[in-house]
Amino acid sequence: MDVINIQGTDDTPNVILDKASGQFEISGRSLPEDVNMFYEPILDWIDQYSEDPNDHTEFNFKLEYFNTASSKVILDILLKFEEIVENGKEVVIKWHYHEDEEDMLEAGEEYSDIVEIPFDYVLYTD
Amino acid sequence: MSREIESHRFLDFAYQLYKTMKTNEINLVYEGEVTQDITKTFTSLTERNMAKSEESNQVQRKVFNVMVECLQNISKHADTLSDDDEDERRGIVMVSRGEESYKIITGNVIRNAKIPGLKESLEHINSLDKAGLSSLYKQQIVESKISEKGGAGLGLIDIAKKTGSKLSYQFKELNEEVSFFILTSTINRNR
Repeated sequence: MDVINIQGTDDTPNVILDKASGQFEISGRSLPEDVNMFYEPILDWIDQYSEDPNDHTEFNFKLEYFNTASSKVILDILLKFEEIVENGKEVVIKWHYHEDEEDMLEAGEEYSDIVEIPFDYVLYTD
Repeated sequence: MSREIESHRFLDFAYQLYKTMKTNEINLVYEGEVTQDITKTFTSLTERNMAKSEESNQVQRKVFNVMVECLQNISKHADTLSDDDEDERRGIVMVSRGEESYKIITGNVIRNAKIPGLKESLEHINSLDKAGLSSLYKQQIVESKISEKGGAGLGLIDIAKKTGSKLSYQFKELNEEVSFFILTSTINRNR
């Protein structure tokens, strides 16, 4: 499978999706002007991945900030991984949050209320 | 009116504006088109100012979050006074820093027909506590579709959640068609 490796900017996140090395990560800031356009290739990649996923997937979200339009797309991503779980594979979401950012922890907890995937919360400092 | 008097009046206005801004601790005032570039510029400007004033990280992050949602609300939803420039999303933006709190004030033109629906959402959001907001957010994020404009209808709920304050708002009728919508978001500095 192709590797997605997108370098982040002021308003878009870093994205690494690499099936072979088992790296799955979205980090940085996500407030793009056009959320659909930015995330479309990512959602397509995940659709393709879910046809033949690894036995174990560890997906890292290490976001400093995301806007509400991005929050909807993040849910779409999580729902795709929930399907992978339903198909009998193991998925863990590593949800990273800064020590000063309780809101980010809460955001992770809200997602984990909605989707049936195990979440690990990882605190980080500067 | 002679040119000299006119220019004197303008200088006087500029000085009054400066004084008002200082007295009310207004850090930023803008009227014009609100685009993604404007949003990025203002948020990074405000971030730099807060970092200089050694504002706590938590408050800085909240101010940043709320500014992005307020500005993107304008760039997605603002209506126009005339039909000619329908694609131009304009508004006013003010950021003030008081002893107790930051205030982010935004204003934009809105079609009168949209007011009852918006008012209802605002009142509903203001009637909820933290847990209520969280469950409304979860319900909305599951049910909503991203609109053509790229919004998910979550902005106001998010602002209320992150600030922990009620959304303060006003509608000033401009004519039969449109009104001016003013939203004030308050972020407490000492929590």
